Amino acid sequence: MYPSRFAYFAPTSVEEVVATLGEHEGAKVMAGGQSLIPVLKLRVASIDAVVDINNVGGLDGFHQDGDTLRIGALVRHADAERSPLLTKRYGLLGATARLVADPLVRNRGTVCGSLAHADPQGDWGSAMLAARGSVVAHGAKGERVIAVDDLALGPFSTTLEPDEVITEVRVPDPGPRTGGTYLKLERKVGDFATAAVAVQVTLDNGNVGQAGIGLTGVGATNLRATAAEDLLRGNEPTDDVIREAAALAAQAAEPGSDNRGTADYKRNVVRVYCERGLRTAISAAQAGEE
Amino acid sequence: MTQLESPTATGLHTVGVTVNGQPRSAEVEARLLLAHFLRQTLGLTGTHIGCDTTSCGACCVLVDGTPVKSCTMLAVQADGKQITTVEGLAAGAELHPIQQAFHEEHGLQCGFCTPGMMLTSVALLEDNPSPTDEEIRFALSGQICRCTGYQNIVNAVQSAATTMREA
Repeated sequence: MYPSRFAYFAPTSVEEVVATLGEHEGAKVMAGGQSLIPVLKLRVASIDAVVDINNVGGLDGFHQDGDTLRIGALVRHADAERSPLLTKRYGLLGATARLVADPLVRNRGTVCGSLAHADPQGDWGSAMLAARGSVVAHGAKGERVIAVDDLALGPFSTTLEPDEVITEVRVPDPGPRTGGTYLKLERKVGDFATAAVAVQVTLDNGNVGQAGIGLTGVGATNLRATAAEDLLRGNEPTDDVIREAAALAAQAAEPGSDNRGTADYKRNVVRVYCERGLRTAISAAQAGEE
Repeated sequence: MTQLESPTATGLHTVGVTVNGQPRSAEVEARLLLAHFLRQTLGLTGTHIGCDTTSCGACCVLVDGTPVKSCTMLAVQADGKQITTVEGLAAGAELHPIQQAFHEEHGLQCGFCTPGMMLTSVALLEDNPSPTDEEIRFALSGQICRCTGYQNIVNAVQSAATTMREA
């Protein structure tokens, strides 16, 4: 399969990327291309111009700046999978990286590209909701920071302007007493999730200080389970509280029935995975307590 | 579709790569996939295209030592890179240890997935000379075999690992 013809640009700076996007209506940014190339090959979409950011310098690393972890736009899923930074308090991110697509796709695909693609089946969208991440977008009007909550509008649709490119995702340091994980049900490695749940919990004197729960594949975007988070926050994480939070997360899911399962089944998967995820996250947070 | 004026954008792009140690270059369209570049432009048909939808891993090649699906990378993106295909594994008539091991352990039946399986295995053994069976299965989990089954492939990788450690 071939994509239809497109103009191809491979600028070497963010400024050039923004200028190229501004000059060519219908241009699209390509990082790893692991979603965009299949979409072009299947001719689900056809675009006039590709702006390849792989030659832009300075976008390929992790940076810890004070209370913020910055993940550059060319950090591949495999880099995240192997990063010693994404353990312990950032364990949710490491766990997510390991479950994105398959190992070969992870060698090319990027964390920021996944967020920009805004597939409701995307894993990073849920992880970054739970971790309360935000993306930095560069455009003709300058730089702005967009909370991941405000990024996706619907399937494959974001609040990014046509001339904007995501240059990094920022994750606030949740503190040492934090644990997190990502649990995903997939029919086989590389399949889209039947459902998946991202969980991050920070403890404060034994009670839940902050909780983040993101849901994958059960709505038009990745979803935040707000009611479940609210229930957890400030409470002791007892069995009853965990079970009730998991039930609230299941209620927040808006799944459709398809060949991966019925809506009821997926909602149940969310409940079970949320409960399991919370137990794992809380144990990890307790182990991280100083 | 909008016609764009820039000749650098719509015209052909020069791709210069080192494939199996040999410098190769060609003028290609931006939409040409690396898999098609290798097979059709360079005539290296050892790289197989299976699903063509980023699912099966048959088209896996090494780009600067990293296994990637060549059906999901543009040829222009390989400019300046080192590519290893299955044709680059043997040294003349002498099989690479991974090839010898797939042969001896019956790691293939129809052979369609084999080039990709072997290249990912080579990259794995480079990183981890003594992998567990579980680590081998994890590394190969993006690739599909529809006939031999995976046990003999795992056996072959273990056998190659032993040979390569002793070499």
